[in-house]
Amino acid sequence: MTTKRPIDPALLRGLTMPRFSRRDALRGAGLLGASAFLAACGVEGSSGGDKPQESGFWAGKTKAGVLNFANWPLYMDTAKSGGKTVYPSLQAFTKETGIKINYKEVINENDAFLGKINPSLKAGQDPGWDLIVITNGGPIEKLIRQGFLVELDQSKLPNFQKYAAAAAKNPGYDPGNKYTLAWQSGLVGLAYNPKLTKKEITSLKDLYDPAFKGKITMFGDSTDFPTLVMIGLGIDPATSKEEDWKRTATEMKKLRPQLRGFVDNAGMAEALSSGNAWISQAYSGDIYQLNISGSPDIKFVIPKEGATYWTDNMAIPKGAKHPVDAITYMDYVYRPDVAATLAEAIDYITPVPSAKEQLQAKAAKASAKERQAIEDLIASPLIFPTEADLANTKRYRSLTVEEEQVWNRIFEPIVQS
Amino acid sequence: MTVATREAPPEVAPAPAVPGGRRRWTRLILPTYTWLMILYFSLPILVMIVFGFNDTKGRLNLRWQGFTLHWYTDLFSIPALTTALRNSLIIAVISTVISTVIGTMIGLALGRYRFRGKGAYDLMIFSAISAPELVLGASLLSLFVTTQFVRGFVTIVIAHVAFSVSFVAVTVRARVLGLDPSLEEAAQDLGADPWTTFRKITLPLLAPGIVAGALLAFALSIDDYVVTSFVNGQVETFPIWVYGATRIGVPPQVNVMGTLIFLGGAAIAVGNALLARRQRA
Amino acid sequence: MSARGGRARLVPYLVGLPGGLWLVLFFVVPLLVMFSLSLQSGNAEEGFRFTWAWSNYTDAWDFYSTQFIRSIVYALIVTGLCLVLAYPTAYWIAFYGGARKTTYLFLILLPFFVSFVIRTASWKFILNDEGFLLGPLKDAGLLPQDFHLLATTTAVLGGLTYNYLPFMVLPLYVALERIDPSLVEAAHDLYAGRASAFRRVVLPLSLPGVFAGVLITFVPVASDFVNSGILGGTQTTMIGNVIQTVYLRNNDYPLASAMSFLLMAALLVGIFTYARALGTEQVMEVSQR
Repeated sequence: MTTKRPIDPALLRGLTMPRFSRRDALRGAGLLGASAFLAACGVEGSSGGDKPQESGFWAGKTKAGVLNFANWPLYMDTAKSGGKTVYPSLQAFTKETGIKINYKEVINENDAFLGKINPSLKAGQDPGWDLIVITNGGPIEKLIRQGFLVELDQSKLPNFQKYAAAAAKNPGYDPGNKYTLAWQSGLVGLAYNPKLTKKEITSLKDLYDPAFKGKITMFGDSTDFPTLVMIGLGIDPATSKEEDWKRTATEMKKLRPQLRGFVDNAGMAEALSSGNAWISQAYSGDIYQLNISGSPDIKFVIPKEGATYWTDNMAIPKGAKHPVDAITYMDYVYRPDVAATLAEAIDYITPVPSAKEQLQAKAAKASAKERQAIEDLIASPLIFPTEADLANTKRYRSLTVEEEQVWNRIFEPIVQS
Repeated sequence: MTVATREAPPEVAPAPAVPGGRRRWTRLILPTYTWLMILYFSLPILVMIVFGFNDTKGRLNLRWQGFTLHWYTDLFSIPALTTALRNSLIIAVISTVISTVIGTMIGLALGRYRFRGKGAYDLMIFSAISAPELVLGASLLSLFVTTQFVRGFVTIVIAHVAFSVSFVAVTVRARVLGLDPSLEEAAQDLGADPWTTFRKITLPLLAPGIVAGALLAFALSIDDYVVTSFVNGQVETFPIWVYGATRIGVPPQVNVMGTLIFLGGAAIAVGNALLARRQRA
Repeated sequence: MSARGGRARLVPYLVGLPGGLWLVLFFVVPLLVMFSLSLQSGNAEEGFRFTWAWSNYTDAWDFYSTQFIRSIVYALIVTGLCLVLAYPTAYWIAFYGGARKTTYLFLILLPFFVSFVIRTASWKFILNDEGFLLGPLKDAGLLPQDFHLLATTTAVLGGLTYNYLPFMVLPLYVALERIDPSLVEAAHDLYAGRASAFRRVVLPLSLPGVFAGVLITFVPVASDFVNSGILGGTQTTMIGNVIQTVYLRNNDYPLASAMSFLLMAALLVGIFTYARALGTEQVMEVSQR
């Protein structure tokens, strides 16, 4: 028979000791208070767009002699001088106006670049750039909506008024060109190396060919890949709805194993020129510059299902230190001879139709080989498209803020995987 | 990474004899394996050094095209890269100075004194060391976004100090714990007040630990990508620039810079070790 | 002496104040802010408000559970690989390194003086489809033309293993070096063979080092995104890549914060279990090296 052992008093004390002391209570209260305080903080929204620009904005401003110009790669005429890359048309501008340009090809994706300058814009500080080039179909509308762009002084834009194409004037996303001037337009299609693919690519269906598995790259922003798949499914992106997006997402998941990776503008150039990718989503003009800089085999094609037509726009961000220099350049590129130089070098759809006459005049004076090259340029639907050429092009879906969140939440996880 | 050498351990007893002579080849397995390991670790470094001499014609530095030294003279011909390297060095120096001062103080406090809240303090240091960099970066970004503090130079320095400080603290603390208290007691017996004792006895004794901590902080700062990528705004540091360049092709200048930084770091480590050995002798 | 006693008591607080303040302001507070952000809703233009939006957590899991799980799986694989690869080397150096122990250790760690990003970029270079390694092999017909290592899981795992091996070697070495060789001798004297002596003497005694190594390897690998960013493609994205993109490109701060917290919760559970069980000494010691 076991005798009950008396409980050790120390054990009893330990078991019954109050676990929750006064200090713990104070600590808990402190933490709760801190959390409540933090809960009261939120994050300020960035749409200070209701504040109209002061009418005297341009009054006191003068030329500073410096221009910080952020642009995309492969979007300017280049030449090699002593091993370094130089931009002849920018040098010409400097010679004429005395404005030195600090030109940097730092924009590879709209959202990534905007993500970098938004905090400064929100805080009303200088974002570091006087002139930026942003695409329509979402990004430029966002900037306008949030009031992050400087209103242009139309009196400083004589070349634009005189020489801009009708399509460039008064676009839907910026009535009256209050904030932006078109830089170039272009198409998003497919680029490929026929030497590696061993066949011509003509349709989006070619992307599903098992022979190309792991050799395809797509743009990794949350817009271009979904839009391409939508076009492949026969959906018009501009009028698509949430059900369409969900259908597209499913299709994207089916196509994804074919891909090698997602790239941005510079990454696309590297993937194609190094041969890591045989096919890639690409901008129509980039291929021209790739061809002349070491990758002559790459070809661009508008798939028969269609391609997306976009316009890149010059704009001056709020807080820019040298707005007068920026607007001087913006008007300068609408001069027909300048527009012609740019059209010849970068192979995109120019907003200045008179550039065509300039090029024809140049062709007449050129050597036989050069004349052929220029005439090919003039005839190219990628630089001077006709109405018929543009018939099969689609537009991006322009999203409201709420729609953007839905869109991102549907598509980002797939692009991110 | 720095290797702090400790007291040389007593000579290891020779390996136990293996029965049977025909088993002797098995003795070579482990050393061979270790040398293969060393080779495996060194492969990317060798490649980096060698391709810093590659005479590339086009943009792509992919296949060997010939030997040249001109990247060593052309080192600063990419302005953005040079700026990024300069930013990294400036940030590293500033954050090293700050975190060494603060970290030494923490190390002293933790190693020497007992005070209320020391347990929680200790826990905070431990958490700061073991927290993943991703979380450090993301939480600092959250802070800056909420307080509308524009990200740039200042935020990078703040972040670098935040993650270096605990490493310095721990390094100094180890040194503090190893200090012989009788030396300070002797000084005080001879009439020195606490501040003089600290200045003339404690600090010099702690110096190796402080220097080790500073080197660690410098190395951590100059190499950091993850935390910096969250809080850098538009300021580019060297690792950030290189990461961006991997998408389009890393220019040979990066190889050269990497080689130089590597040789510099190795020289410092070797020097440090030799100095320590000489001090002990 | 006692006149100074009152002030002397303040000394530790004053000495520890700057550091404590810095860490509270820039380590503890940000974590709390991030937690608060994770429960907010809204968008970057109209602002975010605190709404107890636990849906951010469920959304984070719904959208990105693949990447979460993938990160944990990668971390497990890489940690296992590192352990297997590092142990023999640490063992040999600790037991047979002799007077040149520190030299060997130094040689092993020397490559890691080069920047992390450069090392990984070098691997991208080495593994390039048409680079100096794969190119000749393809030209010789030993590999099919469309073979590629980059943008595959193998490349990412390889990169991760390479970059985090030293995190495993060091604690293992420290623990193994501490083992008194006379214990192994004693085992031999008691007729234990080499394998047996290892299994029953060395291995158990090295376990604290194994645990430390596993801990300080697993946590960073799970949250890494540089390797997958440079060496990976689709199907290799880790949760770190997602968090960075959602923060910096989508500006969807609440979702990104929720993801960070989910990741941290998963890792913290491991860390604190470890700390409770085995104390913080091993980790603190290793971080001085």
